[in-house]
Amino acid sequence: MGKKMNDTGKVDGLSEEERFALIPETSEGPQEMQLLDKTNSNELSAEFGSTLRLPEGIDVDPGDIDIEFADEKMIINMGPQHPSTHGVLRLMMELDGEVILRTKPVVGYLHTGMEKTGENLTYLQGPTNVTRMDYLSPLFNELVFSMAAEELLGLELPDRATWIRMLMTELNRCSSHLMWMATNGMDLGSTSMMLYGFREREMVLAFLEKATGLRMNHNYIRPGGVAADLPDGWEDDVMSILETIPGRLDEYDELLTGQPIFRERVDNVGILTAEQALALSATGPILRSTGVAWDLRRDMPYLNYDQVEFDVIVGSVGDCFDRYSVRLNEIRESLRIISQIVEKMPSGDYRIQDKKVTPPPRIRIDESMEALIHHFKIFTQGFKVPEGEVYVAIESPRGELGCYLVSDGSNRPYRMHIRGPSFVNLQTLPTMLRGGIIADAIAAISSVDPVMGEVDR
Amino acid sequence: MSTSEILYVERANYLATIADLKSQGYEMCVDVTAVDYLTHMGRQLPDGIVPQRYEVVVMLLSLAKRSRVRIRVQVSEDDPTIETLFFLYPGCEAMEREVYDLMGIKFVNHPDLTRILMPQDWEGHPLRKDYSVGAVPVQFKSVNGAG
Repeated sequence: MGKKMNDTGKVDGLSEEERFALIPETSEGPQEMQLLDKTNSNELSAEFGSTLRLPEGIDVDPGDIDIEFADEKMIINMGPQHPSTHGVLRLMMELDGEVILRTKPVVGYLHTGMEKTGENLTYLQGPTNVTRMDYLSPLFNELVFSMAAEELLGLELPDRATWIRMLMTELNRCSSHLMWMATNGMDLGSTSMMLYGFREREMVLAFLEKATGLRMNHNYIRPGGVAADLPDGWEDDVMSILETIPGRLDEYDELLTGQPIFRERVDNVGILTAEQALALSATGPILRSTGVAWDLRRDMPYLNYDQVEFDVIVGSVGDCFDRYSVRLNEIRESLRIISQIVEKMPSGDYRIQDKKVTPPPRIRIDESMEALIHHFKIFTQGFKVPEGEVYVAIESPRGELGCYLVSDGSNRPYRMHIRGPSFVNLQTLPTMLRGGIIADAIAAISSVDPVMGEVDR
Repeated sequence: MSTSEILYVERANYLATIADLKSQGYEMCVDVTAVDYLTHMGRQLPDGIVPQRYEVVVMLLSLAKRSRVRIRVQVSEDDPTIETLFFLYPGCEAMEREVYDLMGIKFVNHPDLTRILMPQDWEGHPLRKDYSVGAVPVQFKSVNGAG
């Protein structure tokens, strides 16, 4: 990054240090900014921080601009329909030539009020709603919602249900990271990576479809367990995934990791320090790439993660390449976890046998009137959850996915809040982009891995 | 799973308490959210805490101690304001904008308190309990001359 800055030379007679220095305390206290129209671009670019704070609807009539005297700084929009913004993300970027000064991520284009919707759905319908938030890792959304509801209900799950949840979410982590490898390759000009990534992801999704019935938005993990037991012969399917993907990951290594063109695009681009990542509440691969070994699976174990062995992958520099290698190696760790799960998978029930939350088996509905009524009641009225509030967090492929659930004792959540890792991680973009060039922005956006469905909810 | 400690804080002590927690090693503010207890005012609270309509909930995390703490602050209906955490945890900026946008709680001294998810000219705050759902009438009209 520093090298590229020097290439552009001095701008407006200010050195790099002067342009990016924080405004020091003056004799009259902290220096205040003037109104936008009274502020020239030098002052603007020197404003503290890298976040642009302009009204989103600001527009300028091109006829009003005197080209001759217009200063070199300008604000341009990237998105919301830019192919490399991964959905409907809009960035307002303050540019000086090709150098990015400050950025404002503008979100909300996909907002559908899912938290409000969640207040109007029963606890059994809840997973159907939350699964659509982070559509690349739907099982994690279902898991965190179900775990929050179970904590309020005070349910102890059967062992097999817990292991099935772990198996499915780890597979989902692989498919999510593989998808990221694909789109990241695509953004950086490697179309073959895009095809390879999707091919491997499809393999995982085929198994998820076999087990849950759907490729995405499974509604498989529900309060009380999972919707169905694993299909017959699941071991073979999982083993074939475990045998195929590691070789393919080595191919990615050959295709990308050692490849000079790729390395030029990602090395030392979009650097985030550990201190910045912590201050900006970044979690997941972004935090780990800065060298902070923080993984909820290891540090605050949930499900049975304390019974499996795996390593937490960390980076050292915190640039786009570190985020790439953290994700690539996390796929390997996930596969390692999956192979242990296959060995440890116990027999038993895949859902809790608690009449309060569990519908009767399908076969019983044909035989018994009571079972039919029971089934009908659970699916129309749901079940009541004791009063209380709870915050549950899990490690999703993008970071800490939290669910804050408040119950007033009825059959619907009083308040359901999802802490979306993409939403928070996206706010690190201005810091990553500052001082880089526009082409680096593509690499940095991609490395954050935002899923707009979760950002906007 | 580690359970988190819950702290009930008066609004006046809010900033000081969180600054104190930060100095005790809670490096990260994981989440800021709010609940509108309009129709559930009789919730359980410890003695001495007067329930108010809004409650701002802040989740802090200590990586070193591997512990969480949850701060619950009562915010009254007539004056839905609270200090911003931006100067302690810059990452709160977007989360506080979300709370302002959807719940209408104003964060004092926030650098850019504007709507983040809803359109800029939207009226009302959708996550409030008195914000009705499905109140937009949809009309289906037949085409003239058809059917």
